[in-house]
Amino acid sequence: MTSIIKTNSLTKIYGKKSSAFTALDNINLDIKQGESIAVVGKSGSGKSTLMHLLALLDSPSSGSVIINNVDSHKLSIKKMDLLRNQNFGFVFQQFFLSPHESVLDNVVLPLKIAGISRSERKKRGLEVLEAVDLADKSKDKAVNLSGGQKQRACIARALINNPTIIFADEPTGNLDSITGQMIENLLFQLNKDKNITLLIVTHDDDLANRCQRQIYIKDGSLIKEQ
Amino acid sequence: MKLTDLLLMANSSLFRNKARTFLTVVAIFIGATTLSLTNGIGSGLKAYINRQLGNLGNPHSLTITANAKTASSFNSSGLQPYNPNQTRIVSAGGGPNGSHSIVGLTKSDINKISKIPNVVSVQPNYILSPDYIALSSNLAKKYQFSLGQIFGTSSLDMAVGENASNSSATPEITIPTSYVSSLGFNNAIQAINKTVIIGMTNALGQSHSFQATIVGVQQKTLVGSAQAYGNLTLINELHSFESQGLPVAQEGVYASLTAVYKSNLSATGLSNLQATLTKDGYTGKTIQDRVSTVFTIINAVTYVLDFFAIITLVAASFGIINTLFMSVSERTREIGLMKALGMSKAKIFTLFSLEAVLIGFWGSMLGILFANIIGRVVNSITTNGFLKDFPGLSLLSFPGINSTIIVVVIIAVAFLAGALPARRAAQKDPIEALRYE
Repeated sequence: MTSIIKTNSLTKIYGKKSSAFTALDNINLDIKQGESIAVVGKSGSGKSTLMHLLALLDSPSSGSVIINNVDSHKLSIKKMDLLRNQNFGFVFQQFFLSPHESVLDNVVLPLKIAGISRSERKKRGLEVLEAVDLADKSKDKAVNLSGGQKQRACIARALINNPTIIFADEPTGNLDSITGQMIENLLFQLNKDKNITLLIVTHDDDLANRCQRQIYIKDGSLIKEQ
Repeated sequence: MKLTDLLLMANSSLFRNKARTFLTVVAIFIGATTLSLTNGIGSGLKAYINRQLGNLGNPHSLTITANAKTASSFNSSGLQPYNPNQTRIVSAGGGPNGSHSIVGLTKSDINKISKIPNVVSVQPNYILSPDYIALSSNLAKKYQFSLGQIFGTSSLDMAVGENASNSSATPEITIPTSYVSSLGFNNAIQAINKTVIIGMTNALGQSHSFQATIVGVQQKTLVGSAQAYGNLTLINELHSFESQGLPVAQEGVYASLTAVYKSNLSATGLSNLQATLTKDGYTGKTIQDRVSTVFTIINAVTYVLDFFAIITLVAASFGIINTLFMSVSERTREIGLMKALGMSKAKIFTLFSLEAVLIGFWGSMLGILFANIIGRVVNSITTNGFLKDFPGLSLLSFPGINSTIIVVVIIAVAFLAGALPARRAAQKDPIEALRYE
């Protein structure tokens, strides 16, 4: 299997000198295409920082992130924007949907940013809403959705650009256990059917155990990998 | 992201906060209305004066005199040497400083000036003194009057009818409104196409009467004198009769000429033409040269008024800054999400700048519209009120070009005001923005 993201002594330090705080220390990872990986740790452990670095939302203090065999240091900001827009999908705990816009408008945001035409956006938007079983809610305002529906809309938004990897930050954190279960099923089904790599940040052991691989982070260091 | 999508997004974000947007637009609207009105007064006055300039003669003409210094001028450096070949003393006018003489112009000068590029025609300025004017159907009532010439195509401000045409072979005349009732017409329309008789006496003491057709009645004016104007055919008939019996030295000698230049001549073309005339020993002055001080004063007043309007706009632009800062802070998460999903800094900047630009656009459009409505009301009140004696004067006028400039200026001001908040939005760190809860 080809590796899509590799890290090389990835380190992130916040602050300077006396007040310096090491959020991540010397992390080496190799993520293969089609894998499902859980990054597990308590809050403040550095697991979110790791995800941000992997998703090119932040830059490391030292070490490097290698995406598709290219060192991210060598990528221009434009290339990174393009990579996030076309190859990455994001699912957040707080959903981040624009409450007063329609579900469809929310879902097609990545295509809008990419400059895709209106008709194409609508076509693909309805396709992904169909895939997450939300087609009948496409015209509803996001504010009127239930928590589970919101997270499904979020997943639809992450899927719309046919990503190679989905970054999910506590995807079930704001959901009750039954809806949480449904969201998990949806994510793993996508992983299996479409061979989309999953990187899930969570402190939920049940969710972590459904992933093929678990990475345990504590105080910025990788303590266990299985 | 496409510009249309950015625009729609900016617009929908403005509509999300209707009250706030409305109030910000109102501030810009007040500034735009003020600027439009102050500009409108300047344009109204200038437009009126420009129309009145038509009453002073063809706007594309130069009054040409010989360039030689006259002996009695205050600033001349003593007496000028006599040159029997060139100088012809043509007139002597009295005054508190004694009489003075000027250098006349002749046929050869006319030929010479006609050959200068861009000059269309050159005519002498005759000094005609007709005895009377009377209606051909009522010769018993004769009136004193003065008669002017037209040069090239005339653009006198006509109440009815047309300007007399120099290309017409029949003698034509236009009369000012004040002649209408004296000549026995009930109204100006009645006068059109009627024949008048003009009486003339020459230097030999002979009298003769000439016929002319009234083709137009001239609007009452602020500048220029209330006089009749004859076309070339009429003026030539009168002049050839009047100059019979003049001393040989005075025949065919004119105090000044009028040269008509091409109407599409540019400003630089005109100044080149004037320079050529100066080089050849003439002075050529446009009507604008003669009334330029009036324009300078109107412009100065307009600029001062505009300055006050700009102050209101500056105040309003702080409203834009404030509104956008609020919008940026409310939409922190949205900005973070868009950046995470690959939207560039430049596009985020554009998105928020467009919000400012849209506020400026709506404010200025509504302001100009409102100023136009005010203008209509004010104009209709004043033209029937204290400006009754100045027909054709609209106090406020809004030429399209001025309104366009106002819209562009306000949009530019709005863009500048929006730049700071838009920059802040563009600089937001996506992680910070997403963590913000």
